[in-house]
Amino acid sequence: MAELAAVLESDTGGDELLLAPAAPRLGRYWSSVWPKLGAVALVLVGWQVVVWTGWKPDYVLPGPAPVLRRLVEDLSQPDFYEGVAITLRRAVIGYGLALVIGTATGLLVARLTILRKAFGAALLGLQSMPSITWFPLAILLFQLSESAIVFVVLLGAGPAIAAGLLSGVDHVQPLLVRVGRVMGARGLSLYRHVILPAALPAFIGGLKQGWAFAWRSLMAGELIVIVSHQPSLGVRLEFAREFSDTEQLLALMIVIFAIGVVVDSVFSAIDARIRRRWGLHGG
Amino acid sequence: MSQALQVATDEAVRVERLSVAFPQRERLHVALQGVNLELKRGELLCVVGASGSGKSTLLNVVAGLERPSSGSVVVRGRVALMFQEAALLPWLTAAGNVELALTLRGIHRSERKRIAHELLRRVHLAGFEGRLPHQLSGGMKQRVALARVLAQEAEILLMDEPFAALDAITRDLLHEELEGLWQRSGLTVLFVTHNPREAVRLGDRVVVFTRHPGRVAREMSIDLPRPRSLDSPEVAAIAGRITQQLKHEMRDIG
Repeated sequence: MAELAAVLESDTGGDELLLAPAAPRLGRYWSSVWPKLGAVALVLVGWQVVVWTGWKPDYVLPGPAPVLRRLVEDLSQPDFYEGVAITLRRAVIGYGLALVIGTATGLLVARLTILRKAFGAALLGLQSMPSITWFPLAILLFQLSESAIVFVVLLGAGPAIAAGLLSGVDHVQPLLVRVGRVMGARGLSLYRHVILPAALPAFIGGLKQGWAFAWRSLMAGELIVIVSHQPSLGVRLEFAREFSDTEQLLALMIVIFAIGVVVDSVFSAIDARIRRRWGLHGG
Repeated sequence: MSQALQVATDEAVRVERLSVAFPQRERLHVALQGVNLELKRGELLCVVGASGSGKSTLLNVVAGLERPSSGSVVVRGRVALMFQEAALLPWLTAAGNVELALTLRGIHRSERKRIAHELLRRVHLAGFEGRLPHQLSGGMKQRVALARVLAQEAEILLMDEPFAALDAITRDLLHEELEGLWQRSGLTVLFVTHNPREAVRLGDRVVVFTRHPGRVAREMSIDLPRPRSLDSPEVAAIAGRITQQLKHEMRDIG
């Protein structure tokens, strides 16, 4: 009996080794940050080199230094933030609607065979439709208005979110579904306790892709649909081109890029958290 | 009348002339043919057979996950099923996995945690309640699966090669634990394996299945005293005879 207890000890105790000691937080942070900083430096150097070759005159293609100076200047102006706020408000409304409608659609299509047969393929088709092609219709339906922009952002992001959820539900391990059924989960409770949590990683993937589509659609929209008295980032970009103010134009592009990256990294962080919890390392 | 009642209460599972067939590449694949099986309450019955003998199909039918093509299956009591893979939900902790079984039984929230911890203690996993499945070894995962199955408070436990993927020592320990749990709880166990020694080690009776299609070839009572050892000469002798028979069958069919 003592022997058995000893073996039991070792069977369970040995697993402590499975938990690798966590690297110091700061070191881990630095090791993920420095390659990115390196990439930024490389781009700046490359850019400066192109400017130095004199390929284009300074006023058409300024170097990084004046553009960054302009960016810092912009960042100290309150009306610049007004523009960012207008753009982000549209992003939040459009993406929020896409989240609600896309999730609901994905769930319905996943759950109801008839809907899946009818719309499953169409959903994937919609996802690959360039969202800019919706603008002519959006303008006819809503004129040059906020609604036209939000409409296109919704159509850009919604199908990706629905498709992510659908593929998550489709690829749940059959064994987990079997286990759920054996434990007595049926219908909605099977969805709530097994299928939806199991579909979460793919759903997050869909949300991430949906955001990318939403942001692209929004920028396209702000260049095409210019609503009066709404100096959004897109409007400022368009004005910068009209005034041949390349410094301003590049500074704005950096801002647009940065917002896209920051939001994307939020989704990546959520995804990484889930992967860690599930033990899906290196996936 | 009293006799009829006696029969009814004594019996946990009765399988009569069960056949299961399903279409496979335009042909009809017969997984089970004319299987008769009877499981008494509190009995530990082992079904042993090579792969392709329809053992898993039998469990699925008893669990109600598949339908018989013909014949009848009567199951008296709640069933729980345990697989070769622990199949733990990867987003839930060890305790969370057990608690889900309790949730689905409608156990009140305030009770779940206590019961889950108690069940994990019974499978020697006290202190591991908060671990996630990927932080557990194969044997520990299977223990959580065992605790989860116990949480279902089923009267009939169906086990589909639950220890086949484990190393020899861990499997040995789990045999002892399963035997202990079974003796204390009065559960009825239908244990499927491809390993004749495992079947003889655990079973009150052993039913040998042949394959293509799955049929009952032989049924025997194992009257050796418990606890038995996988390596004892008595177990080895009986298992050897079963192996001979299975080999014979396989040679005949190819």
